[in-house]
Amino acid sequence: MDDAPHTPLRSADEREVVIRVRGLEVGFGERTIMKGLDLDVYRGEILGFVGASGTGKSVLTRAILGLVPKRAGTIEVFGEDLDGLNPASRRAIERRWGVLFQHGALFSSLTVKQNVQVPMREYLDMSDRLLEELAMLKIEMVGLSPDAADKYPSDLSGGMIKRAALARALALDPEIVFLDEPTSGLDPIGAGDFDDLIATLQKTLGLTVFMVTHDLDSLHSVCDRIAALGEGRIIASGTIEDMLASDHPWVKAYFHGKRARAVMAE
Amino acid sequence: MNSGPAITVEEHGGDVLLVVSGRWTAPHAAEVERLAAMILEATRGGGSVRIDLAAVERLDTLGAWVLDRTRHELGDRGQPADFVGARPEHQTLLDEIAYRGFQEPTRVKTSRVVDFLADVGRAVVDAGKDFVRGVSFLGEVMVALFAVLINPRRFRFPALVHQLEFIAFRGVPIIALISFLVGAIVAQQGIFQLQRFGATPFVVDLIGILVLRELAVLLTSIMIAGRSGSAFTAEIGSMKMREEVDALRVMGLDPVQVLIVPRILALIVSLPLLTFLSMMSALLGGGLVSWFYGGISPEIFLARLQGAIALSTFLVGIIKAPFMALVIGLIASLEGLAVQGSAESLGRQVTSSVVKSIFMVIVVDGLFAMFFAAINY
Ligand SMILES: Nc1ncnc2c1ncn2[C@@H]1O[C@H](COP(=O)(O)OP(=O)(O)OP(=O)(O)O)[C@@H](O)[C@H]1O
Ligand SMILES: [Mg+2]
Repeated sequence: MDDAPHTPLRSADEREVVIRVRGLEVGFGERTIMKGLDLDVYRGEILGFVGASGTGKSVLTRAILGLVPKRAGTIEVFGEDLDGLNPASRRAIERRWGVLFQHGALFSSLTVKQNVQVPMREYLDMSDRLLEELAMLKIEMVGLSPDAADKYPSDLSGGMIKRAALARALALDPEIVFLDEPTSGLDPIGAGDFDDLIATLQKTLGLTVFMVTHDLDSLHSVCDRIAALGEGRIIASGTIEDMLASDHPWVKAYFHGKRARAVMAE
Repeated sequence: MNSGPAITVEEHGGDVLLVVSGRWTAPHAAEVERLAAMILEATRGGGSVRIDLAAVERLDTLGAWVLDRTRHELGDRGQPADFVGARPEHQTLLDEIAYRGFQEPTRVKTSRVVDFLADVGRAVVDAGKDFVRGVSFLGEVMVALFAVLINPRRFRFPALVHQLEFIAFRGVPIIALISFLVGAIVAQQGIFQLQRFGATPFVVDLIGILVLRELAVLLTSIMIAGRSGSAFTAEIGSMKMREEVDALRVMGLDPVQVLIVPRILALIVSLPLLTFLSMMSALLGGGLVSWFYGGISPEIFLARLQGAIALSTFLVGIIKAPFMALVIGLIASLEGLAVQGSAESLGRQVTSSVVKSIFMVIVVDGLFAMFFAAINY
């Protein structure tokens, strides 16, 4: 498995691979969710990740983050194998990524602002004034109004939770952000703004984005590359044109369905 | 390789040129802030300022924010400042960030004395409200209980059995053990103290009456308040937190009937059973200590015990158990339903559930003592 020549997902250009997954196998009990999965994510790209509900997109994300044990395979992030790391190097890597969980996972006993400040306090050495200002900046950047900053997560709407969670994911200006369905639960205009924000951050900070999404608009407008998960592996990957040209039945159904045609027609 | 942030200041006939270089990023936050303060210091009294960003290696939101903030602060001081030579991506970032002051959250000033008095007042009002809520909740539970009596098919029998297993069956070992130990300790102390008066055999009366009337039911209630009351509050509270209680309600299911009635009924059934177990195991503990430490053989122990206690002694203890169960169940459910959205509030309600139940158990025990004394039972 390890010495099998891997075929890169796309024509091998010189870009740096920040996440390299090889031969990944993950399962729960009797069930195998994915097997022999290979994936590369390049620096500075926005990778859109699609797949039917329950195919394991969230599980894959969690496996890369080390939250779900894997049965086989290797995962390298920033060129380092996550298995062989001592706790200090592991923390150093964790500092460089930010995660937006599918259900937000905000700390319920902290306000939005405090949530954003948690990683900042933990990792950065800065004055209280700057801590306050930066947290407010992130909160405004994700499109929340300043008065949301002192609210508790239980008092937020679904879309606001998504935004607050994004603000926390971006707190440390990470190099990679993992977004699990960031635009679900947002109104279309809000979702569009969200996409613009991600694109801006990618351009200005060189952010690498790993985005699980069902939002065809996002796939069209911001994703540089798309990978489709099915049958426990990557069934297709490439630009939106590659996906449209794919003849895998699920990919075809997804990108040529009624909803997809409506988006394309715009 | 990890070049931190740096600046050099050049003066050109009154105007200042600041050359900014290195990494202006979050890991260097302290250094970035120090340099920003230094810029303000170094350019004081000068003319306009040009900030040259061409040599900046890396810039992130923190660096951009601090640089733009500094530029604004220079401007506010009457020293127009501009960025020059920024790379396009850095310029976009600076535009995106666009420094603006966030007003400090205003804090209302109050005096400590007023705060203290307000707290006391609030606590008293809350206690009053608690009592009213408790009584009205008791009413709600009773209505739900009667509804079940009238229409037994609505009753959730599996839930009751499940709760019985958790409260009664799984509670057996710990209650038996604690009661055994307490019985033994009371006997040992009794023998030790009574010896001096040559009244050792009276230890049997002491154990018999104390355990049956008071100790067994108190011990059991306190254990159950800590063990099962806290579990109820946590279960109901986390269901409340995740809107599961609301989900029941909109399906036309009464949360009191679905969640609370089976639990309270299970408590009412379990507590007398566990109290009985506690009595027996405390007597066993006391009996064994009397035998080995006090030299009172089991035959004598039993004979004396028969003389010392009557059926009423036993009844006084066991009658209290269902009432204790009701008190514990009501408080646990009420506290569970009072949980708000946060994990912290869950912790607070669980704590308050246990504290209040134990307190109320002791209060109710006191009321019963007064009642039994009044009727001479
Ligand atoms: N902790 C777990 N234990 C057992 N099975 C799990 C666990 N977590 C996930 N699964 C299973 O793994 C499969 C993939 O779940 P996952 O959450 O990754 O789906 P998904 O692709 O993210 O779907 P969606 O688009 O709906 O979010 C599902 O069938 C799920 O039941
Ligand atoms: Mg998912």
